[in-house]
Amino acid sequence: MLEHLELFFKSIFIDNMVFAVFLGMCSYLAVSKKVSTAVGLGAAVIFVLAVTVPLNWLLDQYLLRDGALVWLGPEYADYNLSFLSFILFIATIATMVQLVEIVVEKFSPALYNSLGIFLPLIAVNCAILGGSLFMQAREIPSLGLAFNYGVSSGIGWFLAILAIAAIREKIRYSNVPAPLRGLGITFIITGLMGIGFQSFGGMLTGDNEPPEEGENTTVESIEEKQINKEIEAEEKAVSYNDVVNK
Amino acid sequence: MALLSKKDANLILDPLADNNPITIQVLGICSALAITAELKASVVMALSVLFVLGVGNVVISLLRNVIPSKIRIIVQLIVVATLVIVVDQVLKAFAYELSKTLAVFVGLIITNCIIMGRFEAFALGNGPWKSFLDGIGNALGYGVILIIVGFFRELLGSGTLFGIPVLGDPIRKTGLYATGYENNGFMIIPPAALIVVGIIIWVQRSRNKALIEEA
Repeated sequence: MLEHLELFFKSIFIDNMVFAVFLGMCSYLAVSKKVSTAVGLGAAVIFVLAVTVPLNWLLDQYLLRDGALVWLGPEYADYNLSFLSFILFIATIATMVQLVEIVVEKFSPALYNSLGIFLPLIAVNCAILGGSLFMQAREIPSLGLAFNYGVSSGIGWFLAILAIAAIREKIRYSNVPAPLRGLGITFIITGLMGIGFQSFGGMLTGDNEPPEEGENTTVESIEEKQINKEIEAEEKAVSYNDVVNK
Repeated sequence: MALLSKKDANLILDPLADNNPITIQVLGICSALAITAELKASVVMALSVLFVLGVGNVVISLLRNVIPSKIRIIVQLIVVATLVIVVDQVLKAFAYELSKTLAVFVGLIITNCIIMGRFEAFALGNGPWKSFLDGIGNALGYGVILIIVGFFRELLGSGTLFGIPVLGDPIRKTGLYATGYENNGFMIIPPAALIVVGIIIWVQRSRNKALIEEA
């Protein structure tokens, strides 16, 4: 349970698809002019990631990785088909997107009308393929975690596009320097938001950079001590003043 | 260029500045930003895209009359994926360290919008030679931005170019560091790439007013 929770928050905030690894930037920039369309695309991305990441996890586990074919018999144990992963992953994604489109159109025309135009776009969204490739690179251990990873990185992407769409709707009323209008200012805002998201890096005591982490905590603890001293000093001063007043 | 007619030359030269894939067409940003902390990775990425886009454009252009338009996206993805596998295997064989740095971003060339964008916009409607030139031109335009961003991020962030120290030794305080200059750690973190690209767009559009967007 704890590992699920940790992966969930880590993929939404720390390894955010947009701000930490720049995936899905093209549609992020192109479809973020209005909040309503951004929500539609964001929802579609969560949905497709939730389907394709576990599916590709199964492919990776039972077909692609070193020795994955051992279930066919011991003579297949030496095969390593991982060089095929790009083509298989993208084929899965493209077919799944088509399939999802057909199914949604058949069973929920309302949802199809709201998502419809975005679904084909998603097949070439780097966030989707990136989700599967990172799943493979980080060696996510179980199917449940792979599903969790798909959903949570989708949510991270959704939050990012929602935020930038809201900002872009407001920034229309601001006096941006003419050459920066549109694309330029969006890049810079995204950069600033990315810096903000970097601060989530300390949320989980990560095992990525233990020495740096240690330094930070010592600095922080020293600062905390100083602050505590100041607070104590202030309290003393206050109580002294009270005494004097009395 | 005597070798190429004026029209053909424009296919290569246009994407370098006024129709740049990154700053004007807004394509291929995804992979452009993540790997530009070092100049070397930027150059390799630019070369990989050059290969994939050049060859891919020719293949798609040759197949353009046989591909049914309904499944063209899947056909295009398969062609790109095959080319990217070639690039990935070559990198793993000859530059293993570098392929570790680039990691999944080589794979992400497949979904680099620049490639699908050029297939859709150009290769499906033009002959192989023109498509080849268009592919090369766009990949060069992409590479130029990548190299500019990589140059500034590595120079200002680590004081090196291609891993070679150019500003002196930051620990022993030689060269520029003797005057009190410090490396800007901000340039190493991912969001700095976005801001550098934003500034490039700013500079480019200030020089060419025709590119300014309507608010």
